[in-house]
Formats: sequence, C-alpha cells, structure tokens
Amino acid sequence: MLERIYKAQLLCDTACKTLGRQINIMEVCGTHTVSIFRNGIRSTLPKRLKLLSGPGCPVCVTDTGFIDTVLQLAGRDDCLIATYGDMIRVPGKGGSLETKQPSDNVRIVLSSEDALQLARDNPQKTVVFVAVGFETTAPATAVAVKEAAAGSVDNFCILSGHKLVVPAMRALLAEKNHNIDAFLCPGHVSVIIGYGAFAGIVERFSRPCVVAGFEPMQIIEGLGEICRQLAEGIAELKSIYTAVVTEQGNTTAQKIIDECFEPADGCWRGLGRIEKSALKLKDGFSQFDALKRFDITETQGEDISGCRCGEVLCGLIDPPECDLFGESCTPQAPVGPCMVSSEGACAAWFKYGRGRKVKRKN
Amino acid sequence: MSYKIENTRYERRIMCLAIPARIVELEADRAVVDAMGNCFRAKTTLLPEAKLGDLVLVHAGFEISVVDEEEAKKTWHLIAEVNNFKETQDKVSG
Ligand code: SF4
Ligand code: SF4
Repeated sequence: MLERIYKAQLLCDTACKTLGRQINIMEVCGTHTVSIFRNGIRSTLPKRLKLLSGPGCPVCVTDTGFIDTVLQLAGRDDCLIATYGDMIRVPGKGGSLETKQPSDNVRIVLSSEDALQLARDNPQKTVVFVAVGFETTAPATAVAVKEAAAGSVDNFCILSGHKLVVPAMRALLAEKNHNIDAFLCPGHVSVIIGYGAFAGIVERFSRPCVVAGFEPMQIIEGLGEICRQLAEGIAELKSIYTAVVTEQGNTTAQKIIDECFEPADGCWRGLGRIEKSALKLKDGFSQFDALKRFDITETQGEDISGCRCGEVLCGLIDPPECDLFGESCTPQAPVGPCMVSSEGACAAWFKYGRGRKVKRKN
Repeated sequence: MSYKIENTRYERRIMCLAIPARIVELEADRAVVDAMGNCFRAKTTLLPEAKLGDLVLVHAGFEISVVDEEEAKKTWHLIAEVNNFKETQDKVSG
C-alpha cells in the first residue's frame, strides 16, 4: 500500500521537475473534493502540484435564475415542489427554498419516483420535480417522466436543470481557464456515460483525462497517472476505476436519457451559457415540462454580489481569496452555493481550516 | 422476510454519490436493497440484469451498475467518513 503511494508521489515529483512549473489538475466531482480534503491528500503532493475544484457539484453550478424559477413556482398555491434535499438551501436572488417559502409547499424527495408518487397522492396539486444533477441523475428523471406518460399522471411535471459534464469541461478549457493541465474525471458520472465520453477532450485539447474512484488510493494513483503522462508530454484517456466504470457506460440508462431528453444550451453558475450542456425534454414529453406548462421563460440569473463562486468553479481562485469567505459567508450562513453544499469547494476549505489560516496572514 | 425501510440517512446529499447495496428483495423492477444495514427501495429499470443477492450501486433510487464486494466495502467506508464530515460541518460554528 505504502509502496503504491510512494510510486504515485514519485510520478508527481518527476512531472513537476520535468515541466519546471506549477501543474494544475482539476477534479470535476464534489465527492473527490471532499475525499481530497478529508484524507489530507494535498499534503502528500509536491507544492507545485495544484488541485483545483471544478464544477463537479450540480448544486454549486445551478444558476440563480433556475432557483428563482423554483421559488416562483413554490409561491403558487396550485403547486407542490418536490426536490432533492441538496437544493433546499441554495440561494437564488430572492432567497432559498428554505428561507423563502412556506415549507408545506416544498417536499424533500430521495428519488424521482417519490416525486411521482407525491403527484399520485396529491391530485389537486401539480407536483413540480426539481430535476437537477449530472448524467448520473438524469436517467432517474427520465424513468419518472416515462412512467408519468404511461400512467397518465397529468399533475406531474419537471423543471429540468440537468447538466452535462463533458460540455462544461470543454467550455472551461476553450474559454475560461487555459491553465488546466489535466482532469481527474468523475467516477459515478462515468458509470453512466462510460469513460469513452472523455475521449473528445483528450483529442481536441491534448489534456490527460483519468477517471478515478473516491477512495484516497484511487485519487493518489489517478494523480500519479496524470503526472506520468504530463512528464512524458502525452495526453491519454484512462480509467483506473475499473471496478465499476466501463468504456461504454450503462447503455440502458443512456437510451432512456435519449428517449426523453435532448441537449440544449444551459446556464451554469460561474461559467455562463454553455452550448448543448443541459438536457431539456423532447417535444413528445413537453406536457411534463414545467416551463411550458406554466409558460415561464427561464432567464439567466444575476450573480450574488460579492460571491466569487464563478471564479472558484473555474479554478481561477481559491475560496479564501473571496472577501466574504469565512466572514459573512460560512456553512451556517452561506452566501453562495459553493458554501452550501458540503461538496462545494468553499465549504471544504472552510471545514478543513486551510482557508482561515491564509486569511489571518493577509 | 420484511425489512424496515429507512431513507433519512442520506437525505441531505444524494445526487452524485452512488451507494453500494445488496438486493435483498426483488419483484419485477422493484427491489429492496441493504446498505450498511439501512434498507431502502430502489428500482432496477436502469440495470435490468440485476439479480437477487447482487451488490449494486444505487443512485437516487435506481440501480446503475453491479459492483464487487471489495469495491462496495471501500465505498461504504468512504460514505461513513463523508457523512461524518457533513455532521461535523453542521456543528462548526462561525
Ligand atoms: S466564500 Fe461564499 S461568497 Fe465567497 S465564493 Fe465561496 S460561496 Fe461564494
Ligand atoms: S452536494 Fe454532493 S451529492 Fe449533492 S449535488 Fe453536490 S456533489 Fe452531488
């Protein structure tokens, strides 16, 4: 075990020396972010290897405009909002679901199936399922929509905030941050889309993409593999999470997504509008689309003033560089989404005290 | 056999992490799965090949892939840590 760690460390050292500059590796998964902090992985790496927490948590990347639309619907007497617990504290411009609305209009569900059941149990209301999440979660929504269609559950609809990871990674490299040297790719998203989905990024941008699991050894070895490639000046696609991730992914799930959804432009907090990075219901299912049912046009929200989540998510700054960090923005009273979600970069930095030390020095 | 269905444990954060669990009941596409002693419902719609007794990854109420024992153990361990993280985070004050 120790030997494997040393080997990975050696690869990282070699890469830093060979390149003779700082190396930036971005992880695009909230669970990686937490595991990296929790296991003190940064302290085992060379100083010049910098880990950036990318847009890996669907909560963090949800645009304020989307939250405001949810709030608007939650304010209607004829609606019942069904949401994953993750979303409840995320601030939009007009507050969060927790602070703004009478809570009996908002129900926490654990799956899209529960939301559908809620609709069956409450025929007098229209249940709006707040459908957020990456490719891992989208198939669950699609199943519920198909079941609603088959069983004529007419008082069920979804507000789709589903997002696609790969277009966001492309946008990051193409526009936002050219300094990202490689990606540590998300594990459970890859269970669905397959590691083959990252091939385009490797080809077009010549950046190593390595899929790893969440336990510390996987992360360290993933970083080691990335560094091996960087030192050799090559970029390859690799999965070291072989226990659950295949090249093709879960094709049943992919088919179900394709039946119900099509790619559309989407607004990401911090990254703005990204082409074909979101999923919207296909025309055949438009009666289940909350935007169409209530005739709402979603607008891109304004960023919350002072919050620099956008820059954090692009890997441009570390959380403590935000003036609000640890001052008016804490996990108890979060200003931005990266502090709300326990997988958010700001929350992780806060919890592990790194940031606070930096602050005091300033 | 009947199992007590619990859901509360993962209430706050569930969207990304998939949880390994064993299928302890299976009827058509509806399963009851057991993760670290917590039982909850999960559907096999996305993993039609799942069988009774299989260890699977469950995400937002759906099984998404089969896993082996060793991998499941590692992930359970990690989830216990992350949950702990969440709890301590709730307690941190200002
Ligand atoms: S510390 Fe708070 S306000 Fe600053 S970027 Fe993070 S979440 Fe936003
Ligand atoms: S809080 Fe965690 S589980 Fe929830 S959306 Fe973010 S990364 Fe996923």
